[in-house]
Amino acid sequence: MTEPLVYEISSPGRHALRMPEVDVPKAPLPEGLIREDLPLPELSEIDVVRHFVRLSQLNHGVDTGFYPLGSCTMKYNPKLNEDTARLPGFAFTHPLQDPETAQGTLALMYSLQEWLSEIGGFAAVSLQPAAGAHGELTGILIIRAYHKDRGDEKRTKILVPDSAHGTNPATTTMSGMEVIEIPSDERGNIDLDSLRGHCDESVAGLMLTNPNTLGLFEEQVREVIELIHGCGGLIYGDGANMNALLGVVRPGDLGFDVLQYNLHKTFSTPHGGGGPGSGPVGVAEHLVDFLPTPLVDVVEEGDEVLPPLYGFVTPKKSIGRVKSFHGHFGVAVKAYTYLRLLGKKGLREVADFSVLNANYLRVRMRDVYHIPYDRVCMHEFVAEGRWEDAPDIHALDIAKRLMDYGFHPPTNYFPLIVREALMIEPTETESLETLDAFVKAMLEIAEQARSDPELLKTAPHKTTFGRMDEVKAARQLVLCCWPVERDES
Amino acid sequence: MAYVPHTESDRRAMLAEIGLERMDDLYDAIPKEVRFPDLDLPDPISEMEITREMLTLSEANLEVQHVPCFLGAGAYNHFIPSIIDHILLRNEFYTAYTPYQPEISQGTLQAIFEYQSLMCNLTGMEVSNASHYDGATALAEAVILALNQHRGKRHKVLLSPTIHPHYRQVVRTYTQGMGLTIVGDESLDTSSAMLAEMIDGETTLVAVQYPDFLGRIEDLSSLGEAANKAGALFCVVVNPLALGLLRPPSEFGADIVVGDGQPLGIPLSYGGPYVGIFTTRQQYVRKMSGRLVGETVDSRGQRGYVLTLTPREQHIRRDKATSNICTNQGLMALATAVYLSIVGKQGLREVAELCYHKAHYAAEKIDALDHYSLWHRGPFFHEFVVSCPKPVAEINNQLLDYDILGGYDLGQEYPALADHMLIAVTEIISKEDINDLVTVLEEVSHD
Repeated sequence: MTEPLVYEISSPGRHALRMPEVDVPKAPLPEGLIREDLPLPELSEIDVVRHFVRLSQLNHGVDTGFYPLGSCTMKYNPKLNEDTARLPGFAFTHPLQDPETAQGTLALMYSLQEWLSEIGGFAAVSLQPAAGAHGELTGILIIRAYHKDRGDEKRTKILVPDSAHGTNPATTTMSGMEVIEIPSDERGNIDLDSLRGHCDESVAGLMLTNPNTLGLFEEQVREVIELIHGCGGLIYGDGANMNALLGVVRPGDLGFDVLQYNLHKTFSTPHGGGGPGSGPVGVAEHLVDFLPTPLVDVVEEGDEVLPPLYGFVTPKKSIGRVKSFHGHFGVAVKAYTYLRLLGKKGLREVADFSVLNANYLRVRMRDVYHIPYDRVCMHEFVAEGRWEDAPDIHALDIAKRLMDYGFHPPTNYFPLIVREALMIEPTETESLETLDAFVKAMLEIAEQARSDPELLKTAPHKTTFGRMDEVKAARQLVLCCWPVERDES
Repeated sequence: MAYVPHTESDRRAMLAEIGLERMDDLYDAIPKEVRFPDLDLPDPISEMEITREMLTLSEANLEVQHVPCFLGAGAYNHFIPSIIDHILLRNEFYTAYTPYQPEISQGTLQAIFEYQSLMCNLTGMEVSNASHYDGATALAEAVILALNQHRGKRHKVLLSPTIHPHYRQVVRTYTQGMGLTIVGDESLDTSSAMLAEMIDGETTLVAVQYPDFLGRIEDLSSLGEAANKAGALFCVVVNPLALGLLRPPSEFGADIVVGDGQPLGIPLSYGGPYVGIFTTRQQYVRKMSGRLVGETVDSRGQRGYVLTLTPREQHIRRDKATSNICTNQGLMALATAVYLSIVGKQGLREVAELCYHKAHYAAEKIDALDHYSLWHRGPFFHEFVVSCPKPVAEINNQLLDYDILGGYDLGQEYPALADHMLIAVTEIISKEDINDLVTVLEEVSHD
């Protein structure tokens, strides 16, 4: 059943929240600056609660079912994270209060900076960026500033493999640099010959997602990095797929110069239905001075009695501020909580079991679904959602049919280099039973694709909503609603 | 194992199915010499121990539930109705991803559609996106929209000096590779009338804040008109809570309205996560960045919602996209939608008026003190500037001894305003809190 809009359940004169009386003498309101009409809904408290609870029930989340959305790392979000972020001493501190009165907060941020540096193999980390793409922009601006600082003004190109996340080329454009796309070879790696052809003194850097969006570890990562460093460029690592690397290999040790971490993926802070995320950036020694401002640092060493005093510092050649205040602190608390619970040992288990789960699904599905780059994968893999003997069936149909089984579909139509791509990332928090149930559904759907294609073409059937008309949405462009009683009299 | 459900026999069976002997065999593609580093990280601890550790860390902070907070400057301590967190903790909302599959994401999609609607109604504009990271990055995205609107042919951006300093800094960071000239904010004395005179045929965007960073409000119509006449876009940075009382920027000819949604039910949380509001006119919708939800119907004829106009976005247009933004502030946008629904038409006006009257009471009382005076005599909303007899940092330290969190030290960002304090008063502050502040300010001016 559909749920009416807040404006449709509004009733003139109804209100929910009682505010206290004004306890001071009223001041005159300024003339000419007061609004006449405030078109907001009028509801009772139970109206509002039921409305939003009903809306929530129309959603699929990790807590309602399996969510193998590739490159999104939809792992279990520990409830403990939610509690710690809501502790009053964290939730009710003002970003501009004297840092000396927020030492608990700064100590937490400092530890998280240090731990993320250690995990990625970097010299320093900034917690400022608000999400993965924001971290990318920060990283690319750092690369740009680095070259500029050395008087190397000719470097205006960023090389981006064709398997990269769409944010990579968009980020490059925002930074004012030019995107050069590099093709993949038949094993899903970067095509080295093509790369070599582009390596010259106009290259500012390469954006490398590793494991790449096929879920594969770049087999020639060392050669790629040597080529780029050899021509004076730097390596930007898209850390969206860090889950597979925790405790297994540090991008910094491989020669990456900059990398963003996605706390809302790898470090279990929830994704929130589209944010808030958090995209801290780690850099190698030669880029520390360019990090965005401010960083948390020890400003007075501690001793046996006193703890160290933390404060904010601005790196010498900082690219500037990328966000107001200090990044998504509330998200940082959740990542800190998660890391503290896992510790060093738990971190390695995350990588191990996310990789084990992905490979298990790959092997169980490969007789029925074509896997174009079929080798040991990392945390995810890409299958084709197409068969020659079921010509009308597309990845989209398989995705929609999966909903009838209570599963969220994999990412589809990405990466672009695979036809009818289904990108599957199970994460480490899913059990063997869940994986088996998913495989069973996938195999049944493959059969139905031949025996009853219509069943797939018209799916989903068991969900509250059927397929949405996306063309109509783009054509009519109804992007908001107005108060219902809005009568232009 | 933390959050990993596998038994030893599961693990063995799965390895056997894959055809590998040991877990380490999963990583053959990784160069041996850097494989399995010995990380210098703490050992795991239990949920019980973490709970204690986090409590201790959090209690090392001064928090505004226990002291009256007169600090604002872009982040405000407002009352947060209980219902909001109950909704945000609905698992189906916070454990979902961006709603790429609309059939099983109608909750998120309709909530965003309602957020867009509420923001349009509040700001008086025609379209809203699904959110930006915060007010500062929303302003940076407004600059980029203007550049695209003028097809990169205009390169001058005018920023009022009384836009939040962080916002102006973020605009400069974002656009450092775009070859722009960003001017207007060199001197605090630059009024909106002077800003209007600086607009020329090179100007792509003019931006002001309302109420401005110093709390002041003014009719911005003539500035809007001047921008419009020169073909420049006019952007107004708002405090959305103030719009419960004040005329919406659409009445001043705004082309884009941005702001931070934090005052609408989002906890201070040491600066984030908040939510960046971005609303504009219908004619700019295809140049607007960020997610956008539109109404449609499903195959059964039911009304539903989908992400729409995606050809503007990074995952389709790649290097030609309007922005690289992907994950935004979904859950925080939901918080503001719940807030505006629960306070409603009447409540938002009441909250805004409470702020207004209390701030004016405080300003009058402080102005009456011997050694303090109001820096500005014109209209203001809930924040005002006071000149102080000694450094603000010193006063604030003394206020802390009395359990009062003092205002913002303006000298940090505006040298001309050394020894000036920016004081914010929200509905949470009682008359007694204000009287206490006034008493202590008086007291500390003597030593």
